[in-house]
Amino acid sequence: MLSIKNLTASINGTPVLKGIDLEIRAGETHAIMGPNGSGKSTLGKVLAGHPAYEVTGGEVLFEGQNLFEMEADARARAGIFMGFQHPIEVPGVSNASFLRLAYNKKAEAEGRDELDPLEFDDFIHEKIKVVAMKEEFLDRSLNEGFSGGEKKRNEILQMAVLEPKLAILDELDSGLDIDALRVLGDAVNKLQRADRALLIITHFPRILEIIQPQFVHVLSGGRILKSSGKELALELEERGYDWVLAEAAAGGAR
Amino acid sequence: MSTTLNVVTSQEYKYGFVTDIEADSVAAGLNEDVIRFISAKKGEPEWLLEFRLKAYRHWLTLAEPDWAKVDYPRPDFQKIVYYSAPKAKAPKYASMDEVDPELKRTFEKLGVPIHEQAALAGVAVDVVFDSVSVTTTYKEKLATVGIIFCSFSEAVREHPELVKKYLGSVVPAADNFYAALNSAVFTDGSFVFIPKGVTCPMDLSTYFRINNKESGQFERTLIVAEEGASVSYLEGCTAPQFDTNQLHAAVVELVALDHASIKYSTVQNWYAGDKNGVGGIFNFVTKRGLCKGKGSHISWTQVETGSAITWKYPSCILLGDDSIGEFYSVALTNHKQQADTGTKMVHIGRNTKSTIVSKGISAGDSSNSYRGLVKVQPKAEGARNFSQCDSMLIGHTCSASTFPYIEVQNRSAKVEHEATTSKIGEEQLFYFQQRGIPAEEAISMIINGFCKDVFRELPMEFAVEATKLLSLKLEGSVG
Repeated sequence: MLSIKNLTASINGTPVLKGIDLEIRAGETHAIMGPNGSGKSTLGKVLAGHPAYEVTGGEVLFEGQNLFEMEADARARAGIFMGFQHPIEVPGVSNASFLRLAYNKKAEAEGRDELDPLEFDDFIHEKIKVVAMKEEFLDRSLNEGFSGGEKKRNEILQMAVLEPKLAILDELDSGLDIDALRVLGDAVNKLQRADRALLIITHFPRILEIIQPQFVHVLSGGRILKSSGKELALELEERGYDWVLAEAAAGGAR
Repeated sequence: MSTTLNVVTSQEYKYGFVTDIEADSVAAGLNEDVIRFISAKKGEPEWLLEFRLKAYRHWLTLAEPDWAKVDYPRPDFQKIVYYSAPKAKAPKYASMDEVDPELKRTFEKLGVPIHEQAALAGVAVDVVFDSVSVTTTYKEKLATVGIIFCSFSEAVREHPELVKKYLGSVVPAADNFYAALNSAVFTDGSFVFIPKGVTCPMDLSTYFRINNKESGQFERTLIVAEEGASVSYLEGCTAPQFDTNQLHAAVVELVALDHASIKYSTVQNWYAGDKNGVGGIFNFVTKRGLCKGKGSHISWTQVETGSAITWKYPSCILLGDDSIGEFYSVALTNHKQQADTGTKMVHIGRNTKSTIVSKGISAGDSSNSYRGLVKVQPKAEGARNFSQCDSMLIGHTCSASTFPYIEVQNRSAKVEHEATTSKIGEEQLFYFQQRGIPAEEAISMIINGFCKDVFRELPMEFAVEATKLLSLKLEGSVG
């Protein structure tokens, strides 16, 4: 589904990604872990098309298409979703109207029928059950005055509405208490399917106990230092990141 | 990094066409003879000529105001054409059929709902083209309930006693530089009179357009609502694209007697000049409402999107006890536009209330200032004001300023002021784009959300137009 080859990227002229290779197939769940400042959030933003980052080399194919020839909104409509670490607040724009516009943009791109406000109302009331969100949040302004946990809940609601092919979840666990993490983790698990892939970006292994990845990659200094199965997450939980970095330095992993 | 923003905020003016109509004009320049010419051309009574000449003589003693946060080349008042009317057999059209087809096409292009469109939309329209009022629809129907809605010139001819009684009663001829100039040279405008106890059954509407390159537009609007009367009045404005600046100096006076209510809504889309600030309208307007009677109510709603320079402060004088003044404003500036706009709420009567909601949006290299005065005079026992002034910035090279002036001379008064500044940045746009929403639609949605408190004060039809207009002003979708 997603094929990343020797990807390099920089921000304001400073290289952040220094050669990333990664293959993600449908049905798989991958976790990108790493210390702060390792470039893991950058990877997510570059894939989603954030304008602040400049791709300086390499190639990314999404379902065979060159990702870098698509604008951020086109990538989203093609099925790439990013759950934000810090979702923005938009006063005066109701959550429901934002969700409906996003839904209809994707429906239009896929040649499906767009939903009018009444139809969307029925549709969204089913979806909010997935993330156990209260109805009042639909009528409120987009993320305005939402707590950290409510914002994250809203992100997963958007994922449920847009049904992406590839969902990149950036630090979903930050700002969540353990109960909220359980609810949202379960929601994400329910949304995972054989034709969908997940890329979980996280600093802490805790979330990976709920959303269990088949593949764990450690990113540091803009490179993937180590890739392994889910047992790597447990090891990182016990031992931290230093040993991976030391191993990489000693073992000559480029 | 801000290329998306630049692309979507640099769209061109779509009303910039010129209508090719022969105009009947006076030579450029201003002196007493020109004023006599205008007055004679319009067959005015002696007292009105005297009003004009007095205003002119006072104007000569005034200096152009320079306190606003706007920077522009001072107009040469001797280069302006003070009278320009579309040429026709008679000075006034008897029916729509006599109107120049070219002119009608102009209005069609503008989407002005005269004719059957007006009937469908339920809007009565007075159209002022350069200086002369072209047609007033629905006049007969309104007359059956005693409502007068006509061009200002016609009001002078048909209802001189009303005009004489109220003209200059809210904005005196000597009020300020531009009001004095207007009082001297105004050529036409609209007149509305709603008699005692009558609720105007439809929205009344005027469309202003400046077409002649060298002409200034100096229209005069006077709206009087007698005891218990109420009216909603809409005003729209556009102008063709020229590389010279044109002057628009209007005066609007509203008078509300006991328990009367006047709602005045404007969507202003004068030509704003090009991306480099060449051309565009200088919009120096004096708008003021007098809540003369007990429990009277005047509400200003404005959506200001055009003009190179905007200098405009629709105000309310709250003279009657329990009277209410409101000001809801959206001012959008882009490219090199400069706006200094706001309101004055002067509380004189007891238990008077005022509300100010101002939303300023700046993009490009523009400058957008809110300037507002809330004044509570000694006898205004129990006066209350609430002001909310929000600014939104798009990009890095624009500016927004807020200048609130509060003068309170009564201890029982309650005055609240809130202000915020926010920014549409790459992060906000990226969030929308990441959900599949193109940048242009994202900006439009964010801006409309920002302006919601003002838009809901507009009549439905105008709200739709205003929403579209803001999108047009900021999007690159229409070339």
